[in-house]
Amino acid sequence: MYKGKKTPENLSEERKKYLRHIAYKKYGILSVQILILIFFITLWEISANLGLIDSFITSQPSRIVDTFLNLTSNDLLMHIGITCFETMVGFLLGVILGTILATLLWWSDTLSKISEPYLVILNSLPKIALGPVIIIWVGAGVKAIIVMALAISLIVTVLELLNGFLQTDKETIKMARTFGANKAQIFSKIVFPANMETLFNSLKINIGLSLVGVIAGEFLVSKAGLGYLIVYGGQVFQLDLVMASVIILAIVAALLYEFVRILEKIVCRKNFRK
Amino acid sequence: MNALDIKEINMKYQDISGEIDAITDVSFSIKKGEFLSLVGPSGCGKSTLLSIVSGLLKQSGGEVLIDGEKVEGVSSKIGYMLQKDNLLEWRTIYGNVILGLEIRGELNAESRSYADELLKTYGLYEFKDKYPAQLSGGMRQRAALIRTLVTKPDILLLDEAFSALDYQTRLAVGDDVYRIIKKENKTVLMVTHDIPEAISMSDRIVVLTKRPAVIKAIHEINFENLKERTPLECRKQESFSSYFNDIWKELDVHV
Repeated sequence: MYKGKKTPENLSEERKKYLRHIAYKKYGILSVQILILIFFITLWEISANLGLIDSFITSQPSRIVDTFLNLTSNDLLMHIGITCFETMVGFLLGVILGTILATLLWWSDTLSKISEPYLVILNSLPKIALGPVIIIWVGAGVKAIIVMALAISLIVTVLELLNGFLQTDKETIKMARTFGANKAQIFSKIVFPANMETLFNSLKINIGLSLVGVIAGEFLVSKAGLGYLIVYGGQVFQLDLVMASVIILAIVAALLYEFVRILEKIVCRKNFRK
Repeated sequence: MNALDIKEINMKYQDISGEIDAITDVSFSIKKGEFLSLVGPSGCGKSTLLSIVSGLLKQSGGEVLIDGEKVEGVSSKIGYMLQKDNLLEWRTIYGNVILGLEIRGELNAESRSYADELLKTYGLYEFKDKYPAQLSGGMRQRAALIRTLVTKPDILLLDEAFSALDYQTRLAVGDDVYRIIKKENKTVLMVTHDIPEAISMSDRIVVLTKRPAVIKAIHEINFENLKERTPLECRKQESFSSYFNDIWKELDVHV
């Protein structure tokens, strides 16, 4: 990462020192991060073994690992799969609908002004309050969960994208207009591509929000998924299952975020920012 | 016949706070191949006038004629260069150069080869697959000029086209662009607040008053003892400063 163009032989002393310093710092931070984790897990395990904390209500690392190892017996993979599926569907719907709505609002200034107060209110409303309404409207099942994910992520996407669209450089738009560009061309050639960064930023927020929506939805209605496992584990006082699910959820969230990041790299591969 | 006739252009802006008279009865003509500059105090409506000529803005009164024909809206005979190069960072230089053709639906084998030809003539061919961020300010401005030239306009409008550059680059780019424009034999209407820039490039200079803009004076610029006129050579001429003084007085600038 910090390699210069020069080969190591002809590096100056100062440069070598500088590079060493950076490497030390980088690995130093990494090792402290890992040590904190190890320390915390060890402390947890030992305190549970010594009876300092009640492992019945706090669980303990070794028992969580056992739960992982029994993946197949408690259908963990199936639950992970369901949560991921619901999140992806909610996410994609949110992105597609959000982009379409933001485009419409960019297109018509009047429409945008009319909808502004509604968007603001919908944005600040805790969407989880809509849970019962959603269940009644679409039924208690996967559909309700996806709608919940959508409800949580959609408005944010619309507002974020619209804001980006509206802030596109006016001079660049004027340049396109001097060639006689119509509104559709201005959008497709200037405004949309100029906002790839905004789009991916909102995707990164969105993937997290969709997961929040899905877990909330699963808490309310589901018969499967990580959210269901957490609620179920809590009800039957199987804290091992709850903790294992939470850890898996953290990993799933990180992986989904990484997925968006890789997608961004592929789409914006061009190194124009160099 | 004149390349461009501006006839009694009037412009009024409507605003919540009231009505603003920006331009009052401005008329002038530009001959084919002529380089004409508009100078005036800042905010006097000279850029507004350029927007009207380009068809981006509808005037309140008067008309714009190109080759004797009245124009409404954006004309394909006009090329417009703005203050910034406005190159799209996500497109290669080639992608940027063909943007205008793409928008006008004129992208074909013929226009593509003309784009290649211009890129070769003006030394950007090796950079055609590079991104704007990899080019210097001068090269970027050149790419922006080629983007305009490739749509084959008869008249070029330069709207403070060099003022975003630092002073030294500005002199060099001004010289560069001037040569290209002369080589391509274009008619030019330039708006600038930079008097020396106007004198060094123009055949005629129209001086506008404060808002609402009316024409205060028109200067013919002649540097007779020059073999080949270039902006940098013009700046070395003795008569340069007398032109400057005349125009400066007319602008009536007070701080």
